[in-house]
Amino acid sequence: MHYSALQILKNGLTGNKGWKPVWRNPEPKKSYDIVIIGGGGHGLSTAYYLAKTYGIRNIAVLEKGYLGGGNVGRNTTIVRANYLIDGNLEFYSHSLKLWENLEQELNYNVMLSQRGCLMLAHNDGQYDAMARRGNSNLATGDDAVLMSANDVRAFTPYLNFDDARFPIRGGLLQRTGGTARHDAVAWGYARGADMRGVDLIQNCEVTGFRIESGTIKGVETSRGYIGAGKVGMSVAGRTSQVAEMAGLRLPIESHVLQAFVTEAVKPVIDTVISFGMGHFYISQSDKGGLVFGGDIDGYNSYSQRGNLPMVEHVAEAAMALMPMVGKSRMLRSWGGIMDMSMDGSPIIDKTPIDGLFLNGGWCYGGFKAVPAAGGAFAHLMATGEKADWATKYNLNRFETGHVIDDEGTGPRPNLH
Amino acid sequence: MRIPCPHCGDRDHREFEYLGSAKLLDRPDNRDAVAFHDYVYLRTNPLGENAELWQHVMGCAAWLYVVRNVTTHEIIGVKLARDVREATR
Repeated sequence: MHYSALQILKNGLTGNKGWKPVWRNPEPKKSYDIVIIGGGGHGLSTAYYLAKTYGIRNIAVLEKGYLGGGNVGRNTTIVRANYLIDGNLEFYSHSLKLWENLEQELNYNVMLSQRGCLMLAHNDGQYDAMARRGNSNLATGDDAVLMSANDVRAFTPYLNFDDARFPIRGGLLQRTGGTARHDAVAWGYARGADMRGVDLIQNCEVTGFRIESGTIKGVETSRGYIGAGKVGMSVAGRTSQVAEMAGLRLPIESHVLQAFVTEAVKPVIDTVISFGMGHFYISQSDKGGLVFGGDIDGYNSYSQRGNLPMVEHVAEAAMALMPMVGKSRMLRSWGGIMDMSMDGSPIIDKTPIDGLFLNGGWCYGGFKAVPAAGGAFAHLMATGEKADWATKYNLNRFETGHVIDDEGTGPRPNLH
Repeated sequence: MRIPCPHCGDRDHREFEYLGSAKLLDRPDNRDAVAFHDYVYLRTNPLGENAELWQHVMGCAAWLYVVRNVTTHEIIGVKLARDVREATR
């Protein structure tokens, strides 16, 4: 069914009885041309682009839980393209362009809201670094506006400008950044893939690989063996475990990142704001809740909940930046498991096993990457070549010295 | 999480700085590029028990070898990293 205003009107007048389930719930076939492991944003978008752009229809997406139940449903929904260095610049630039057309592409309302994304600077060094970053973004063709303290004051007057410890020196605004409805992104890609014949198989956990003389033959699952010409891993948070079943060790640690939401309040924050001290970012959802997050807890974890010190740290950062949030009550907090790679950048590449491909190591950046990562992974699996916008996310870059360390913190995953 | 430091006793984990896998105790010859790549970049990243290096930066500053369950955050055992390294030499 094509969604349109006319459909809403028609179904509204006929008791909303015309809406159908958006995807099938098929039994797995004996084999597929391509099997994608992981039914999150990345896995679903990969399947979508494989079917749409490359005309490969005999595809299964295997999801151990339910579609979109992992990190795509647990993030702070921020979309932006204000990275600093080559590799990330062109990738996120391409991703933002795909975001801008995603609703038309999918015929699905992902509620992209380009409300701007403001990063704050609190000293001269940070301000100069932002000027450099902004120039990088402009040179890539993306938006960047360097703002003085007065500009920031006019844009977001409710911030604490004269804090003795962290006065606001200025900021870097990307007007094309913003937020999107995270679940809708997964659902929109799932619907688009299903419409093109992709089998979305839920409650199907991959338990092993069948590999013969260095070539992938299929996957063992909780619902039996499924043969496959090619297999793509797209299982952020669990990448090390899935890859280990194929005998791979990766430059990845798993860490827990917490996020928080307050009770709904009237519209108060009309942009996305990142505090330059203490890694705190906040926006307001369309329902009215203030959605915010901070750093990862800082140690390996597979627990989808964090510890109290980071809750306190984030709350302190919130109070330092905008004291008014102290009047709202926190409704929920939760944790998601991040693939923290050794340089803070992701991997989209072949593996040493013929026919087995890897998309992982997304750190904090997985949600905003969904369209471009799916597109790049689909391109790689369909053609065997790197997509133009993702040529540097190589698995062997740590051996060759071509790391992409945007933060410049070295091989310390808990510092990226 | 509370980590029992062998010198200082049971302390909140805010007093400690996390470095990473305890494999970092076993530093290979840096002329061996393959082994050194493995040492610096590759991680087993297991579910369940993980042997890790923590430093008690806000206490005695000792480097600790901590075995911790990364799924439940339970601390299973703590030793001085120095003792572990000397025992394996």
